[in-house]
Amino acid sequence: MWPFHRKSHRPPQTVEATDTDTSAPVVEPQVVRRKVKTPKIRNSNFEVGGDLGVLSVEDFGANGLANARVIYHITEDIFAEGVYGESRLGLTSYERLSGGSRLLTDAQRRLRYYTLDLGYDLFPGETYVGKRHTYNSALYVIAGVGATRFGSASHFTVTVGGGYRMLLTDWMAAHVDVRGHVFDNSLLGTTRTSNNLEGTLGITVFF
Amino acid sequence: MRKLLKLAIAVLLFLPLLAHAAAPDDRRRFDQDSGKYVQVSVADPYLELHIGPGRRYPVFHVIARGETIQILYRRTDWFRVRDEHDRVGWARRIDMQETLLATGEKLPLERLDHRDLDSYPWEAGGQTGNFGGGNVNAVYLSYALNPNLSAEIAGEHTIGHNSDSEMFLFGLAHAPRPDWRVSPFVDLGTGVIRVYPKTTIVAPPQKREVLGYYGVGVKWYLTQRFLFRADYRAYRILTNRDQNEDRNEWKAGFAFFF
Repeated sequence: MWPFHRKSHRPPQTVEATDTDTSAPVVEPQVVRRKVKTPKIRNSNFEVGGDLGVLSVEDFGANGLANARVIYHITEDIFAEGVYGESRLGLTSYERLSGGSRLLTDAQRRLRYYTLDLGYDLFPGETYVGKRHTYNSALYVIAGVGATRFGSASHFTVTVGGGYRMLLTDWMAAHVDVRGHVFDNSLLGTTRTSNNLEGTLGITVFF
Repeated sequence: MRKLLKLAIAVLLFLPLLAHAAAPDDRRRFDQDSGKYVQVSVADPYLELHIGPGRRYPVFHVIARGETIQILYRRTDWFRVRDEHDRVGWARRIDMQETLLATGEKLPLERLDHRDLDSYPWEAGGQTGNFGGGNVNAVYLSYALNPNLSAEIAGEHTIGHNSDSEMFLFGLAHAPRPDWRVSPFVDLGTGVIRVYPKTTIVAPPQKREVLGYYGVGVKWYLTQRFLFRADYRAYRILTNRDQNEDRNEWKAGFAFFF
């Protein structure tokens, strides 16, 4: 079939089949090569959504938090995530007890953070809700870096946490997350390292 | 706060109901959607369907050789497929590779032995490290012009003792041996830096200056599309004072192709 192949593989001393082989192929293949277009299969690796929850900042109490996040699933286990969140700081004990004196203005009490995380699906599986409903779910851990800005200063932040993702439908997931944001803060005189916990509940959409 | 929480719970409970309330139709979804999705037939003795897109999700069904399936979409290396009986599950990429199109050809998928630039020309990543003594966080997006050369845009945020800064950069990176698992590269670029001094007494005006950089780095391909990247860069900030400022930067992080 392929004269090219036979030529290179056949030992030169074989002579029996020479008559038929050296002649031109009996049937010229009349195949019209079709241009094959790669079928387009939609990729669905992005997950975008938002969360609501509570962020506790050392000395400033626990306050409401809203954040937005974008997740990209790199492999079946690993995902990359970017989060942007906003919260407000409460009063410190010092401010409450001293009466009028304020450490921060209202504008400075606005807290914003971003983190860049890498996540790992630790325990993928199914969650059974009642007798009739089954949802795919996964328990995951994340770690990342970012910055937290409040009181007119940014703080380099290391974030470690975990969460639970339950797929309500093919394209929508509910998340429950607990994370700790670790940063150094020198707002109250000395520099201290604090771990600031957040707990959130959120919805994401795959596309 | 309480209102928000109530709203969140209400949304959480209500949304799945909405999604389930699809109009009933007697015909199979498989027939309704024929032509909408790529259809392939199973050529291996069987094709396993998992309940989720991962090897650790259990297999719930096996499709026999010769049956036709529709490919709904893909997530990482898993394909969501529907069989002739409207069963929907997830099939592995290496199994899908052996399925046949109506023309008799194998389903064309990107090559596994090296980075497929046609399928994944983009690279995105995040890094952290040290820029001129301060902590730096960086994100970048890069487009491969050819296997060796890529164009990159990046945003970097530095949190220093005396000042914070934000940089927006554009550069070109050249990798002499992109086929190596640990592949070195050199890069060259330019951008702008905006410096925010941290003094609280008087707020000096923000400074915005042009800079240039060159650097060397290494990419370590951990999986097909996931990599570790570390690099060193030397920056020169072109100030309008008598002297230009030089900064060194070290950073490391992770990236992926898409």
